Amino acid sequence: MTALELSRLQFAVVTVYHYLFVPLSISLSALTAGLQTMWWRTRDERYSRATMLAGKLLMATFAVGVVTGLVQEFQFGLSWSAFAQYYGDVFGPTLAIEGMLAFFLEATFLGLWWFGRDRLRPGLHLATIWVVAVGTLISAYVILAANAFMQHPVGATIDPATGRAVLGSFTALLTNPVVVASFPHTIAGAFMAGGALLMAIGLWRRRDDAAQGPTWRLLARVGAWTTLVGGAAVSLTGDLLGKVMTEVQPMKMAAAEALYETTSHAPFSLFAFQLPGWQEPWSLDVPWLLSFLATGDPTATVRGIDDLQRQYELQFGPGDYTPWIPVAYWTFRLMIGLGMVAAAVAAYVLWRTRRGREFTPAWFADRWLLRFLWTLPVLPTAAATFGWLFTETARQPWLVFGLFQTRDGVSPTLTPVELVASLAGFALVYGVLAVVWVRLVLHVSRLEPAPLHPSSGPQEKPEPVLEMSY
Amino acid sequence: MEILWFALAVLCWVLFFALEGFDFGVGMLAPALGRDDHERGAAIRTVGPVWDGNEVWLVAAIGVTFAAFPDWYAALLSGLYLPMVLVLLALAARGVAIEFRGKVDTPVWRRRCEVALAVSSFLTAGLFGAVVAVAMTGLALDPTGAVVGTGLERSLAPLVSGPALAGAVLGVLAALVQGATFLGLRTTGPVRVRARRVAVGSAVAAGVVAAGVAVVVGGLAALFAGVVALLALAAAVAAAWRYEGTAFAAATLGVVGAVVAAFTAHVPVVLPSTLDPASSLTISGAAASPYALTVITVGAVLILPGVIAYQAFSYWVFRRRVASERVTA
Repeated sequence: MTALELSRLQFAVVTVYHYLFVPLSISLSALTAGLQTMWWRTRDERYSRATMLAGKLLMATFAVGVVTGLVQEFQFGLSWSAFAQYYGDVFGPTLAIEGMLAFFLEATFLGLWWFGRDRLRPGLHLATIWVVAVGTLISAYVILAANAFMQHPVGATIDPATGRAVLGSFTALLTNPVVVASFPHTIAGAFMAGGALLMAIGLWRRRDDAAQGPTWRLLARVGAWTTLVGGAAVSLTGDLLGKVMTEVQPMKMAAAEALYETTSHAPFSLFAFQLPGWQEPWSLDVPWLLSFLATGDPTATVRGIDDLQRQYELQFGPGDYTPWIPVAYWTFRLMIGLGMVAAAVAAYVLWRTRRGREFTPAWFADRWLLRFLWTLPVLPTAAATFGWLFTETARQPWLVFGLFQTRDGVSPTLTPVELVASLAGFALVYGVLAVVWVRLVLHVSRLEPAPLHPSSGPQEKPEPVLEMSY
Repeated sequence: MEILWFALAVLCWVLFFALEGFDFGVGMLAPALGRDDHERGAAIRTVGPVWDGNEVWLVAAIGVTFAAFPDWYAALLSGLYLPMVLVLLALAARGVAIEFRGKVDTPVWRRRCEVALAVSSFLTAGLFGAVVAVAMTGLALDPTGAVVGTGLERSLAPLVSGPALAGAVLGVLAALVQGATFLGLRTTGPVRVRARRVAVGSAVAAGVVAAGVAVVVGGLAALFAGVVALLALAAAVAAAWRYEGTAFAAATLGVVGAVVAAFTAHVPVVLPSTLDPASSLTISGAAASPYALTVITVGAVLILPGVIAYQAFSYWVFRRRVASERVTA
C-alpha cells in the first residue's frame, strides 16, 4: 500500500475508534446530570444509585475518549501535514477554541464531580456535572463546525500567493448550514447510544438482583425513553440534514442511492443486490421517497452520478469525482436500519414495562431480547459509525469539498514503513484499551449500585491540620 | 499579534509541562513509594482529581500552536512522526491506567494499572524531554518549511543524538523531583517520608545534569541551564530541611525555566533548520492570518482567565492531604 492509502486507513481507524466513545460521553454526562437532578428534587434512593452507575460508566468512557481525542488533534500534523498547512487557518482556531472553551470544562469539572462528592455542597456538586454536560455539547458543536467546513467550505478565502485557506469569518464557520443541521442529528444519535447502554444494563440486572430491582427498572425505562426519543429526533434531523446535503453535495446523495441517472419522481431503494449475469441490480424500492427525502417534493428531480461527474469535470478539470458507490449505498442504509432497530426495541421495552409491569420473559420475543441484550448498545453505536463512514467517504475525492483533494493533504515525507509501525502501535494499544474498557463496563454493571453519597461506610478523615498545599 | 501568540503558545506549553510534570512523577513513584495497596492508592489519589485538567493544557498547547503557527505544528509533528506517535500511545495507556485503577476492586487489576502507569509515565516524561531538546536544536527543514528526509532515519535519528539523550534524562529527573516534592506535600505517613528522600536524591541528580548541560552549551542558554541547576539544588536543600512547599515551588520553577528557555532559545526563530539557517521557521513566517489570530485572541481573552480560575478552585477543593486509609472509591 502507498503512504496515502495507509494514511487514510490510519485516519479512519483512529477516528472511528475515537467516535465509539464520544457519543457515550456526550449522552452519559447529560443522563448523569439528569438523574442527579431527579435525585436532588425527589431524594429518591433509586436516582442516587442510578446516577452513580451512569457516572462510573461516564468516567471510564471519558478517559478513553480523552486519550483517543488527543491522537485526533495530533493526527493532522502527523500524517496530514500538507493539509494542516493548507487548512490550519480555519481548523486551528476551531480546535484551539474547543480546547480552551469546552475541553477544560469537561476535564476539570468531571474531576470535581467524581472526587468532590463529599467535599462540595450538594447543590454545587450537582452544578459540576451540568457543567460537564454543557462542555461536551460545546465541544461537539465546535468540532462539527470544523467538519462542516470540509463538507461545505464557507467563511474562508484562498490566498492566491500561498494557495492556502485564509479564515474570513468565524461566525460564518459556526453558522454553516451543514453544522446547524448535523449538530442536532449527531447529538440525537449520541443519546440513542447512551440510552441503549443504560437500557441494556437495567434489563440485564433486573433479572438477578431483586434487592435493587426498582433501581434497575428505573434505569431500563430511562434508557428506553432516551433511546426512543433520540431515535425520533435522529430521523427528523436526518431528514433536514439530507436536504442540506442534497443542496451542497448533490454527489453524496446520488452516491447514497447509487443513482446514476438524473431522475424525477425518484424512488428510494431499501435494499439491493446484484444477481449474477444481470446488468441492473435487483432493488426493493419505495416510489417517490428519494425525491421527497432529498428536496421535500416527491416529484422533484434528483441529479444522478453520471450527470454530476460530467459537471465536475467541466468545473474542476478532468478526474474521477465519484466516491466509492457500494460503500456509500450500504453505510447509508446500515446507519438508518440499525438506528431504527434500536428505537423499535426501546419502544417494545417501554410497552412491556408500562404502568409498573415487570419485564418477565414471558414471550418468545422477550427471551430473544434478553439473550441478545449485549447487542443493544452496539446498534446505535454502529449506526453512528456507519453514518460517519458515509459522510466522510462519500465526500471523496475531496478533503474540503471543491477546494482540496485528499491526495494532496498527506505528509510529503512520510513512508509506508513509518505508517505501518504507527498503525501497529495504534492497533495494539487501542485493542488493549477496548478489552479493558469492556471488562470495566461489565464489572461496574455487575456491582451492587452504590449510592451517590455513602451515608454509612468509612468517610475520609479530615486532616486535623488544614494547610495550604500550594 | 504574532508575538502575543508566541507568548501564549509558550505559556500553554509551560503550564502543561509544569502541571503534568508532577503527574508523570507521581505516576512513576506511586508503585515504588507505596509499600501496600492503600499507600499506592493514596499516592495516585493525590493527582486523581486534577491530572485530567492538567493534561488538557496539552490539548490547548497543541491547539494554539496549530491555530497560531500551522507551519510550526505541521513541521514538528510530521518531522518527529514516530516519537510523537509513541508519546500519544504512552499518554493513552497512562490516562486509562489512572482512571481505571480504582474502578475494579481486585489487587491484580490495580497492580497491573500501577505498572502500566509507571511505565507510561516514564516513557512520556523521557520522550517529551527528548522531543523538546530536538525541537530546540532544530530539524532538517527545506525552504517551504517541510522536513527533508524519509523513513525511519528521519523519524528516529534525531532521538539518538546527544541533546535528545540529555533532554530525556532531564525530563525524567524533572518529573521525579516534581512528583516527589508533590507527594511530600500531599500525603501523610511513610509515603511522605520516602517521597522526601527521593526528592533530595533526584533533585541533586537533576541539578548535576543541568549544570553539565550549562557547561556543554555555553552562551545565553548556559545561563538558563545554570539557573535551572540552582533551582534543582534549592529544591534538594528545601526537601532535606522539610520545607515541602518551598521544595515543590523550586522544582516547578525549575521546570518552568527549562521550558521557557527551550522555547525562546532562538527567538524569533521557533524551529531552526539544521540544513540552512535561512529555512528556519520564524514567529512571523509560521504565523496564521491576522484574522485567525484575532479570533483566537478574543477567545483566549474571554476564556483563559476563567479556565485558570476554575482550575485553581479545583486545586483548592482538593487541598487536603490524602491519607492512606482505605477510602471507598
